Amino acid sequence: MSREIFEQRHEPQWATLEQSLGRLESGAQQTVADFPELYRQICHHLALVRHRRYGADLELRLNRLVLRGHQQLYRKSGGGLAPVLAFARSGFPRLVRAEKRLVAAAALLFALPLVLMTFLVPRNPELALAVLSPASIEEMGEQYAPGGSLQAGRPVDSDVMMFGYYIRNNIGIAFRTFAGGILGGVGSIFFLVYNGLVIGAVMGHIRQMGYGGHFFPFVIGHGAFELTAIVLAGAAGLRMGLALLSPGRLSRGQALLAAGKTSINILYGAAVMLVFAAFLEAFWSPMAQPAATKYGVGAILWIYVFSYFLLAGRQRTS
Amino acid sequence: MLDTYRPVETPEGVEIGLRVAGPVPRLFAALLDLGIRVLVYVGLAIPLGIFGRSGNGLYLIGLFLVEWFYPVVFEVKRGGATPGKKSLGLIVLHRDGTPVGWSASVIRNLLRFADFLPAAYGFGLAAMLVDRDFRRLGDLAAGTVVVHRDTVAAGTRVPAAAPLRPPVTLSLDEQRAVIEFAERLGTWPEARATELAGLVTPLTSGIGSEGVARLVGMANWLLGRR
Repeated sequence: MSREIFEQRHEPQWATLEQSLGRLESGAQQTVADFPELYRQICHHLALVRHRRYGADLELRLNRLVLRGHQQLYRKSGGGLAPVLAFARSGFPRLVRAEKRLVAAAALLFALPLVLMTFLVPRNPELALAVLSPASIEEMGEQYAPGGSLQAGRPVDSDVMMFGYYIRNNIGIAFRTFAGGILGGVGSIFFLVYNGLVIGAVMGHIRQMGYGGHFFPFVIGHGAFELTAIVLAGAAGLRMGLALLSPGRLSRGQALLAAGKTSINILYGAAVMLVFAAFLEAFWSPMAQPAATKYGVGAILWIYVFSYFLLAGRQRTS
Repeated sequence: MLDTYRPVETPEGVEIGLRVAGPVPRLFAALLDLGIRVLVYVGLAIPLGIFGRSGNGLYLIGLFLVEWFYPVVFEVKRGGATPGKKSLGLIVLHRDGTPVGWSASVIRNLLRFADFLPAAYGFGLAAMLVDRDFRRLGDLAAGTVVVHRDTVAAGTRVPAAAPLRPPVTLSLDEQRAVIEFAERLGTWPEARATELAGLVTPLTSGIGSEGVARLVGMANWLLGRR
């Protein structure tokens, strides 16, 4: 069969597919009748064009049609709300438990510098300057001093501004901690240690100034979500780094792909936790409440977070 | 066109071709996207400035979302390309040719931070130059690849000439090479074109500019202009 006859015979089908693809791609229609059959026919034509060497321009045209058809036919369908709820209820804690060694490592990398600085800074106040700028140290003094700006009670629109600030700052830190993991885990380790040092320096400085009575009730509420989320983001990053360093029986590329899927889910969970934390930090923590209430609520939140990750999603063994 | 061509076998048993895109068009697309993002930041700031501090808070949330998720929204919901990529004819796909999904798009865009280190996409560029498919770290982790969207039909730029049938049947790769030569003829000085045509003297049986003319004639024949 010559090329001209081939083209003449099949041009109507190609035009129909072109039309259907146009409708599907613009979103005007979700399904087109007989699309799979038409697509398979054009695939067959492409194979014939290649085998019979009808020409590169015809091959390119059909190649493009087939690629577009492939993309429409093998689109991944959306999930809706049910998978999200299932993830929140059991998927997320199970995922975290599955990576418990990395989570423990991330927790150590974060907590040790933090505790170290909390105890060292009161003894050597200059140590705080190693990780904090003088401007932020001054600002902290102003905020947490008796009668300082955090005690007086903030107007609501300040709360909204701080909410936006915490979202951007904290979730940004979590994303960066995760992203650093692909560099053999080094970036995540750096961010975990650095953030531990910074927060520890803050706590040490506050203790040294004697403002602990105002500071700790403030932070204990949202700290349950925020600190845990940073540790989880670090664990997610470490998971990616581990895939590169120790891929096991898979190639590095395959290991990285598989790690990416679990890590990103852990990060989603951590990001949601940080949204909660930002909400608490902006609206609940600055509220003028007696310290006992704040400590009580804080304790409840910490217990809740720990029991969520330890217990949620476990099968009942009967 | 030949060395960036990546065949992908579909479940129907047919091979489709992806033309992977190198760092240069991607860099221009990134710069365009940066410009658009700056405009969005300015555009957001103006109305939200009216609302005082609450507006400030909303603006910060908006900044956060645009910073991290601007490319994700376009890649998943707008056909696999941000406006910057679209204007350079690029599209993001999974390695197997399927459109990019939420998970992959989020991974590749969050890892953009690592690709940007130590400065101006240093690690990302290094990964792109090492990998066969020009994938940066984000692409490697997400299993995606950036390809050219072939909008220009092959052969539109081939100068018209009297069609000349090749003396032997050429394989598909060889056909593509001849057509590609004729397409890009205008971009080379004459000496270069003669040198390249001289590589296939057994095919053209001509020397110098006659060889070039014969190749253009063969390209016309291969394109079906008979």
